[in-house]
Amino acid sequence: MRTPLDRLRDGLLGVWSFGAVLFLFVPIFVIVLFSFNDNQGRFNFTWQGFTLRHWTDPFGVEGLQQAFVTSIGLAALTTIIAVVLGVCVALALVRYKWRGRVAAGGLVFLPLATPEVVLGAALLGWFLTLGLIRGFVTLVIAHVMFTLGYVVITIRARLEGMDVHIEEAAMDLGANQWTTLRKITLPLLAPGIAAASLLCFAISIDDFVVSNFNAGQTVTFPLFVYGAARQGVPPQVNVLATAMLLFVVLLMFLNLGFQRRAARRQNRDIEPTPALGL
Amino acid sequence: MSLGGEAAAPRGQAGGWLTLRRRKSLLPLALVLPGLLWLIIFYAVPILSQLWISLQTGNPDDGFAQTWNWAIYADSISEYSEQMLRSLQYAGTATIACFIIGFPLAYFIAFKAGRWRNLFLLLVVLPFFTSLIVRTVAWQTILTDDSWITNALKTIGLVPEDGRLLATSFAVIAGITYNFLPFMVLPLYASLERMDRTLVEAATDLYASRWTAFRRITLPLAGPGIFAGVLLTFIPAIGDYINAQLLGTSQQYMIGNVIQSQYLVVREYPTAAALSFIMMLVVLVIIAVAARFIGTKRLSEAAVA
Repeated sequence: MRTPLDRLRDGLLGVWSFGAVLFLFVPIFVIVLFSFNDNQGRFNFTWQGFTLRHWTDPFGVEGLQQAFVTSIGLAALTTIIAVVLGVCVALALVRYKWRGRVAAGGLVFLPLATPEVVLGAALLGWFLTLGLIRGFVTLVIAHVMFTLGYVVITIRARLEGMDVHIEEAAMDLGANQWTTLRKITLPLLAPGIAAASLLCFAISIDDFVVSNFNAGQTVTFPLFVYGAARQGVPPQVNVLATAMLLFVVLLMFLNLGFQRRAARRQNRDIEPTPALGL
Repeated sequence: MSLGGEAAAPRGQAGGWLTLRRRKSLLPLALVLPGLLWLIIFYAVPILSQLWISLQTGNPDDGFAQTWNWAIYADSISEYSEQMLRSLQYAGTATIACFIIGFPLAYFIAFKAGRWRNLFLLLVVLPFFTSLIVRTVAWQTILTDDSWITNALKTIGLVPEDGRLLATSFAVIAGITYNFLPFMVLPLYASLERMDRTLVEAATDLYASRWTAFRRITLPLAGPGIFAGVLLTFIPAIGDYINAQLLGTSQQYMIGNVIQSQYLVVREYPTAAALSFIMMLVVLVIIAVAARFIGTKRLSEAAVA
């Protein structure tokens, strides 16, 4: 029973939602557009004509390439460490009962709920107290600290959705715990691990606040942009930001296709035994 | 692992896992220890060390010594009360704006988007895969004095002829709203999507109006999501200083700007530590209250929903 009033309401809701998504994309359009701006002088605030020259020379600004490479390296190293540590913590939290489990879960969650400026300031204070020189190493320490919780939560959700009976079946069939972990648990966790890695990498490469406090002389991509913001951000920054976004979109489509194929394959294999609950 | 014990144990998961657990009681500790130590050494201890640093006196050149200077707390609160209040006010306004923009969007995605649902969810998170700083600089471009949008708003009279958008509290609050909108939309969507829609049908079948059904069924069931969304927006927004830095002036500075400049520019470490310790305490109180209502697990899941 849909009255004209209901239709009007749904229509307004649709328009509002479309507007909200548009709002989210406004700066993205600007970033992409101004990567093609033929700007004269330092500033890239007004449109002065179309050019491809920034795209053919994406690192044509001093220090940008170095910062970009540092960011990629930092994010990669952070992701490896945080995912390994995080998978272990998630396994312990979900698959085992031990004393202090609730407290540990709380400690994992807290950094996610702490304002970034507090994370950055506290860590800087601690490094100053210890007399540690700040640079790439302190950045890795900081990035692992604030990404770990995201990994644990992503993996934990995946583990909780998994059927423990498969692992039990493996052990009933004589597999030891290590074999079960390697042959059953980790392969089933793979999509979760992929998602956690992507999330971790994205958070690390984008971090400004905590890095701002703990970078020392090291310059990451966000720190470079922030430093440049005072004198005008070069269009090459827009080029790199656009390229990174395209890369993420590509990854997402690949992941989607991969998941669809996996789902189809699984349906074919598993259908005769729906009791396994996959 | 010998199979003898397993085979003899009664079937079912409790028995199997119990023996396993007893035999391998050290395994979970070995798994959890590296990650947990990392968080203790580089999160918990640093947060507590803020208290220690805040009570020191001295200067960056001659060094700082512990003098148990508790007066720093009263001093920094009275000196920076303006920025503290402004942080609460900006974060609160931005949270409300996020809710007003985000709730209809989450509702639309959950119930009306049909087969486009995943696409819409993707569109909500996609912009956040570009760098936060680059996006905020893009807002500078959009709101700057001679920009297209500023001129359009001047033409229709929403902005006075000599007025500006950039470097106002409007720009800072709009920037914060933009930055944290997905943190509001995703938990709202998660709680709406989980909801049993037949309850709304039952209510309308029983002659409740659409509005009554929304007010009495949908809103209460979305409660945990609203709660999580408000927290996930409000808490990081209090500490934000990028928006005030890039879209505002010192007239719009928030407490995060003060902590940043006290630590990195003025190097007045005790004041900076005191301010960040106070912020942590405020956040802990908010989280403790929230955890009583909806539980930490749900809150943390909502964070990455």
